[in-house]
Amino acid sequence: MAHYLNIIFRSIFIENMPLSFFLGMCTFLAISKKVKTAVGLGAAVLVIMVITLPINNLVLNYVLKPGALAWAGQPNIDLTFLGYLIYIGIIAAVVQILEMFLDRFMPALYNTLGIYLPLLTVNCAIFGASLFMVQRNYNFLESAAYGFGAGAGFFLAVVALAGIREKLEYADPPGGLRGLGLTFITAGLMALAFMGLAGMSF
Amino acid sequence: MNKSKKELLLGPIMQRNPIALLVLGICSALAVTGQMATAFVMTICVLTVTAFSSMIISIVRFQIPSSVRIGIQVTIIATLVIIVDQILRAFYFDLSKQLSVYVGLIITNCIIMGRAEGFAMNNSPIASFIDGVGNGLGYGAILMTVAFIRELLGSGTVFGYEVLKLSTNGGWYVRNGLLLLPASAFFIIALLIWLLRTIDPKQQENL
Repeated sequence: MAHYLNIIFRSIFIENMPLSFFLGMCTFLAISKKVKTAVGLGAAVLVIMVITLPINNLVLNYVLKPGALAWAGQPNIDLTFLGYLIYIGIIAAVVQILEMFLDRFMPALYNTLGIYLPLLTVNCAIFGASLFMVQRNYNFLESAAYGFGAGAGFFLAVVALAGIREKLEYADPPGGLRGLGLTFITAGLMALAFMGLAGMSF
Repeated sequence: MNKSKKELLLGPIMQRNPIALLVLGICSALAVTGQMATAFVMTICVLTVTAFSSMIISIVRFQIPSSVRIGIQVTIIATLVIIVDQILRAFYFDLSKQLSVYVGLIITNCIIMGRAEGFAMNNSPIASFIDGVGNGLGYGAILMTVAFIRELLGSGTVFGYEVLKLSTNGGWYVRNGLLLLPASAFFIIALLIWLLRTIDPKQQENL
């Protein structure tokens, strides 16, 4: 149990997706002007990560890995080179299914998230989490824990940045720094702050 | 080469820089800029993929139904990235190890999707190819600048050659640890954006 908690804590605080690995930056910077939209987006990323990571893990272990197709009588096939194509396909499919599901059963939430959902297919944080899962050889449960932690880390970071940016609306920076430049500096300071948690272990 | 093509090629470097103006493709821009060598390889990979994916998507643009166009674009891009990744693994294994997951992440680099969606879908293959090269260069310009500053001040080297003699090797330069941290890339890009927008005030954001 402690092992899984450790993975979750690591991925939220120490290996925070946007702030330590710079993944999902485009959405992270573009959709953090208001706390409300940031919460919606963060939640969507969290849900998609929790779903896609274990699925990609199963696909890796039962279809792509060298010898993974032994159950189908083909122990000599190595399909790992197809990984990128298949992971991104699965992510796209999950995003699409989630979109249709929300549209049918939770229209209110769908309307808040509507425009951001399709964009999440090309969110580097989600795809990056899958690649890290492959690189670190996580098993099924570990990948679920990692998906949850990475998603929660993204949620935390994007909401915190949105909170700071809402306050910065009242600041009066030089013209060239306004908007994007200032956001970058804020994110940099947040990344430094998160590094302070680096020694933490569970 | 006529004027419009030249503008397609050079415009994205200063006036319409994909990173500084459009906030696209930042993920990898920050992560691989610790050393110039990795930044250079990354630039070449992104440039190749952007140029060829724009061209291929432009060639098949009349065959793509609009409801599934994102899926088709991603598939084309992913295929190109797999090719690039396999070539890197085969011939430059060390670099491929250093770039780790960031080569794969070229698939989700918004610059490529953005050019595919915003330019290649409505323009001829040759124009799309040039536009892809131009955007790759714009991306590379920022990437190399950031990497140059970080490597020079962070470890005193340029492309691995020692330029500022480090105090640990009996020289005079004390390395700046902050610039080795990934967070420094945020500050450098922010300063670059500030510089670009001071030179060209049209890019400034309104209140």
